Amino acid sequence: MSDGLPAGVERHTFDGTDRLATRGDPVYGEPTDGDWRAWNPTRSKLGAMLELEMDIGLEGGDEETVLYLGAASGTTVSHVADFAGPTYAVEFAARPARDLLETAASRPRLFPLLADARKPATYAHVVESNVDAIVQDVATRGQARVALENRRFLADDGRLLLAVKARSEDVTRDPEDVFADVRAELEAEYEILETRRLEQYHADHLGVVARPQSR
Amino acid sequence: MTDSAARTAGWFADIDPDEFDGLDDRDAGDARDARDGSTVVTAIREGQTETPQDWPALAVDDEFADDEAAYYDRLHDATMAATRAAVTEREAADDRQLVHAVRAMDDCERTANELAERLAEWAGTVDPDAGTGVSFARELARGDHELESESEPITSLAERVVDLADEAAELREFVERQTPTIAPNLAALAGPVLAARLISLAGGLEDVAKKPSGTIQVLGAEDALFAHLRGHAPSPKHGLIYVHDAVRGTHPDERGSAARAVAGKLSIAARVDHYSGERKPELEAELAERIETIQARTAEDDDRGDSGGETDE
Repeated sequence: MSDGLPAGVERHTFDGTDRLATRGDPVYGEPTDGDWRAWNPTRSKLGAMLELEMDIGLEGGDEETVLYLGAASGTTVSHVADFAGPTYAVEFAARPARDLLETAASRPRLFPLLADARKPATYAHVVESNVDAIVQDVATRGQARVALENRRFLADDGRLLLAVKARSEDVTRDPEDVFADVRAELEAEYEILETRRLEQYHADHLGVVARPQSR
Repeated sequence: MTDSAARTAGWFADIDPDEFDGLDDRDAGDARDARDGSTVVTAIREGQTETPQDWPALAVDDEFADDEAAYYDRLHDATMAATRAAVTEREAADDRQLVHAVRAMDDCERTANELAERLAEWAGTVDPDAGTGVSFARELARGDHELESESEPITSLAERVVDLADEAAELREFVERQTPTIAPNLAALAGPVLAARLISLAGGLEDVAKKPSGTIQVLGAEDALFAHLRGHAPSPKHGLIYVHDAVRGTHPDERGSAARAVAGKLSIAARVDHYSGERKPELEAELAERIETIQARTAEDDDRGDSGGETDE
């Protein structure tokens, strides 16, 4: 689309404001406009990346496959499943996974998995190879490591859409230093296309768009 | 990897497509039934392989599904059932297990200490050099200390004391390992054992999450609290959380403030753990900062040599 949004993501007007929206069952009490439901960028890092007009390189549509790491209760992943095709949602904590199940119940191409994103071997027998995008939002130390470990799932022309949370790496260090380290570590296997601070919506987060290094 | 080897690594390799009829029924009906060891659930939960493959295409080749759409339908049913089973299992069990473990740990420790006291009394009657406590029981049981007049029942009692103390130590390890998986934020902020005690005293993680922080502040000080409510005692400043370094390490004049700050952050941590489960490392930094401010007050007072100032309760 001309505005750089994937097909299936549109701007709609809710209560007089223009907001991102996707089509699907409401999940967390978000405002709706017919089939369309608002995508709240302050609750979703991918939503924030889209609001900030980062080029996430997704087109949308049933053919596009996504691996989502750190799905939590399914807020963001529900929107992803609305506009993309088969979507694998990995979450490690049991409590949010319960809400994720609710979200997935009305989305036949959303596959919830209770697994640790740091151990891809525990879900590589389920998640297919060559996915078009990995969306990563895990609040754990070693976020770059997680991205590198999960490189195996990504197609060579796929995209890594990563939200780095500085406080998860080290609460005491300057976020810029943490981001610099993460970028450096990522470059072992990824080519970074764009980075932006998500400050406006999420404190101390960096949005990263990257693609695998050509080898 | 050869094609056939690749195929056997997929989750669907050993699954008879007929199994899905049963899965559908369970999905629609009683979710608890999905917890049995049905092969589909086990295959998703316990399977492992290093390298992902184009599973949808392989499954169609393998005649596991007629086409990719049918494959994805099955995958949805399978992952829903497996994840539901895993979630139910993890959630139902964990905080109850922890409550029992921490109570058993306390019982073992208390009993070991009581028996060690009894042992010291008894051993003292046959040997003036007898020591005290669990450490003395260990010496006796290992034979490092010979009683002046050998007594079979005393040595046997010493062995029981050592066993109980060891059991308590193992339970403590279990608690230290389990608490962070059940309540990661609470465990990080309070330390795993204190976190487990709070959960145990409140009755469960949900109960901690639902209590106001003022209640968490005085959990474990019920006697003092009710004495206060009856009107003949000052309000307790802290209960169990007294053992927290931030409370104990603060000058007595400011412990009320410190306890209030700790209880506030602990209640936030418990709520995050119960309602979201996400790790929030910033809570620790916030608490450390707050405690530093509180402790700085007494440092300033000491400098000025003036003991007046704000009162807490």
